This record gives sequence, C-alpha cells and structure tokens, in this order.
Amino acid sequence: MEINSYVIFFAAIFTSNILLTNFLGMCSYLSVSRELESSFGLGMAVFFVLTVTSALNYIIYHYILVPLDLVYLQYIVFIIVIAAFVQLAEMVIERFSPLLYYSLGIFLPLITVNCAILGVSLFLVIRQYSFIQSVAYGAGSGIGWLFAIMMLAGIRNRVKDKYLPKGMAGAAISLLATGIMALAFIGFSGVVIIQ
Amino acid sequence: MIILIINNVVILAGIGGFLAMLLVIADYFLANYGDCNIDINQGKKKFTVKGGSSLLSSLAEKMVFIPSACGGKGTCGLCKVKLLKEIGPVLPTEKPYLDKDELKNGVRLSCQIKVKQDIFIHIPEALFSIKKFRGKVERIIDYTYDIKGVYIKLDEPKNIEFKAGQYVQLESKKYGKVKQVVSRAYSMSSPPFEEDKIELIIRLVPDGIMTNYVHKQLHQGDDISFTGPYGEFFIRDSKADMIFVAGGSGMAPFKSILADLEKQQSKRRIVYLFGARTEKDLFLVDEMRHFEDTLADFTFIPVLSQADEDSDWKGKKGYIPPILKDYVKDPDNTEGYLCGSPGLLAVTEKEMHKLGIKNVYYDSFG
Repeated sequence: MEINSYVIFFAAIFTSNILLTNFLGMCSYLSVSRELESSFGLGMAVFFVLTVTSALNYIIYHYILVPLDLVYLQYIVFIIVIAAFVQLAEMVIERFSPLLYYSLGIFLPLITVNCAILGVSLFLVIRQYSFIQSVAYGAGSGIGWLFAIMMLAGIRNRVKDKYLPKGMAGAAISLLATGIMALAFIGFSGVVIIQ
Repeated sequence: MIILIINNVVILAGIGGFLAMLLVIADYFLANYGDCNIDINQGKKKFTVKGGSSLLSSLAEKMVFIPSACGGKGTCGLCKVKLLKEIGPVLPTEKPYLDKDELKNGVRLSCQIKVKQDIFIHIPEALFSIKKFRGKVERIIDYTYDIKGVYIKLDEPKNIEFKAGQYVQLESKKYGKVKQVVSRAYSMSSPPFEEDKIELIIRLVPDGIMTNYVHKQLHQGDDISFTGPYGEFFIRDSKADMIFVAGGSGMAPFKSILADLEKQQSKRRIVYLFGARTEKDLFLVDEMRHFEDTLADFTFIPVLSQADEDSDWKGKKGYIPPILKDYVKDPDNTEGYLCGSPGLLAVTEKEMHKLGIKNVYYDSFG
C-alpha cells in the first residue's frame, strides 16, 4: 500500500473514525461519556493502548505468526497482547493518577474487550499496512476515539438539564447524537479515503 | 498433526509467558513504593511501613487501631484521620462520608488512601489506648432463637478498661467456604468493672460472614481476638432524665450501662423502651426487672410490634416512636440514648427532636 502514513493518521481521526464509521468500541463510549473529565481519561487510556498494541501486534504478526504459518492464531494472540497491555496501563494509571483510576473504575479493565482495539489490529493486517503505517493508524484511531467520546460528553452535558420526551432520555439521545456526529464526519470523506 | 498442535501451544504459551514476565517486571517497579514513614501527632509516634497498602491496614500492622465498623470496605465512614500534609485529591469513594469542614481540614478515610509516600496524620490521643486483645470463649448463651451472648475471657492483655457503652471490633477466622477474614463492631454488654472478660450480644444475620461464624463455628474454649475499645456512646455525666431506646441486639450497651449505673447507685430517672417483634424476640427481661428493683428510678418497657392475637401479652403493643411522648416529663432535662437498626434510630431521633429533646446520642448498626 502506497498511502502516506500522515494521510493514514489524519484519515483515522476524521474520515475513517473507528467509532463513527465502523461503530466499534460503543459500549464504553456510551457509558463513560457522562462527564468530560472521565471521558478524557478513558480516551487517553484507549489512545495509549491502541498505539502500543497496534505496534506490538504488527511485530508479532509479521515476525512470529507469518513465518511460522500460524496466521489463524491472530485473534487469540492479539487479545492476549491487548489484555497484557491493559494490565500495564492500569498499573501506570494507579501509580500516577489515583483519582483517574477510581473514576474510570471498572471501565479500565474493560478496555481489554473494547472492540475498537482488536478491530484496529485486525484492520492493519487486512489492509497490509507497513509498521509505520500501522502505528499511525493505531494512534490516529485512538485520537479519533478520544475526540468522539469527548464530543459526546460535551453534548450530553448540554442536553442534561433540557426537557426530553421520556423515551428519548438516556441512551436514545446519545445514540441519536452519535448518528448526527457520524453524518457530520462524512463531510470529511472527500479529503482522503483509506479503505 | 501432533507436531502442529504442539507447535501452536508452544508459540501461544511463549507469547503469553513473555507478556506475563513483562507484567511482573512492571509490577515490581511500578507498584513498589518502597518504605514510607508514618508520623502520628507530630512525632508522638513514628514508624516505617512498606508502601502500597491502605493507611488503615498499615496502621493496624503497627498496632494503631482506627475505628472501622465495616473493616475497611469504605461503607461506614468511621475511619477518618486528619492529614497534616496533603497527599493528593479526595477520591470519589470518600466524598459521601466527608462534610465541608472535614474536606477543608484535610480529613480523609484511612481505608481508602494508600501509603505511597511519607504521611503525617493527626488522630485523637484516645486511639493510642486501643489495643488488640486475645482471649478464649468462656461460654455461649442462647438468648433467643437468633441472638447469642458470647463471653470472652481475656488472655493477653489480661484486663480491659472501657466505658460502659463502648464497642470492640471482633475478628473472624476462615471457615468452610469463607476464605476472608473480617472484623465487625459489637458493643460490650458486660459492665466495665468485670475487667477480665467481656460479653458480646450477637444476632444472626442471614449470609453474614461474622454472625454465621459466631453462631455456627464458634465453640467454648476457642481462641478469638478483637481490638478496642472504641466509640463515643456512653452516659453523659449529668442529672438529667434518660430515655433508652433499643431493638434486638441493641440491648448490649444498655445491659452494660445499667449494671454500671447500679454499681454507682445512680439516682437518675431512667426509662428503657425495648422494641421486639414477638415474645419470642424478648430476652434478658428478668435481668431488667432486677434493675427496676435495685436502681432508684428505672422502668423497663418492652414493646411488641407483632404480638400474636391469641397470646396473653399484657404489655405495650405497636412501635416505640408514637408512645415516646408518654415517658417524657421535661424535654429540656432529658437525654436520649438509642441503639439499634438505622431505621429505628432515624425515626426515633426525629420523634425525640419533635418532642423537644436536644441531647440524643446513638450507636447505629449501619
């Protein structure tokens, strides 16, 4: 693939936002977006894990799984790598920011099963990215996810005290807002395409 | 085929093992806080602990016991300590238990904060007198179908000094499928002048780790340990009338208090309202009648909320709060002492305030 890594990086943030175009990683996106502060924390954690795991998974895939002809193990291996790195991220956060550690609570270990992270690792294999491209895609997706959750948190903060019909409150209005955001992001799609 | 399978397993195990090793190394460097110093009351007591565990447990390790009814779960809010030097922001798990003044003065829950650096704290001097006691179960009495009295003879130290109404934290041991050790608060029901033993009154709570341990595992002669004494629930020194209100095992502190008052030959006017469901739930009635004879002005009034229609119960029926007003002579000169379930306490305290009783002291099971 001949796409420039910068292009991939920005495309992953805007045109191919992992959350708004692939709808991956919705669970924690909907449940932690109540406050700006904690969504920023979770977004940063996802960004960190995504960047590192996409690099690690690239190395493991191309230098261990492919030579040994064990490509079919990729799902299991990717998940193990992600799980290990979430553990590491947890330790780092607990050490340096206990407040964030407590406010993320159960969602920190849940990054392990955040499908955006496994999704990125699988996409970079399917799209045959190089190492640099993979890291750019991972980091871009992380920032894209961070953007999306922070925007939703901002919207939810605005909507919080407004009158809503009963059926629209809670998850329904969040999903609608996400849909409108996704439509808005399609506006970027003329810029670059990396599919 | 076999080779292929072995190959897969080895590769997976290799990757897994490598990552696990990485985590162990990271854990060693990241979760290692080294030795931290804890300084209590500006140099009164100083010691060094290994960092990483909660302040509450680090202090307990060094024989400084902060009261904690829940045993460090962060649900009772009793283990407050004042930090003289800030160590970081207040955690969301602490906020519900701290009021504005406490937040301003650096008060924190010692079970929630971890020792990661040198810590300077201030605690009431009285807490230094809290000790760990070891003893043996002398006897266990069945008061009702679900309430037992446990007498503990002290081995080490041999004597305990406390005020009638205070409580201890009893420690359980592992039993059956329960692998965790818990500690729970129980009031002494024996009077302070019996210095070589204590009695605790414990009601069986379904699925309660501690109460099941006491009711089903504990036998005469077993070793048991506790820390104490804790608490501010004791008789205030005045001449005012007193109204005691208790339910179930809330009897415990009053049994101790009454025996103590009997020894002091108190002349104060005392009314003791004891709430129970049926006659089956009443206990120690004879002992209370005995106090009516020996104390100058003491009345014991059991109140049954669900007395059987066909029983020959001649005493009070219903609930305590509505009949409180019949026993208050002069609200300004009356003190209320309450011990029982949080529900009973809340309603009774409200009613007492409505009747004009300002001094209400209580010991909640919450």
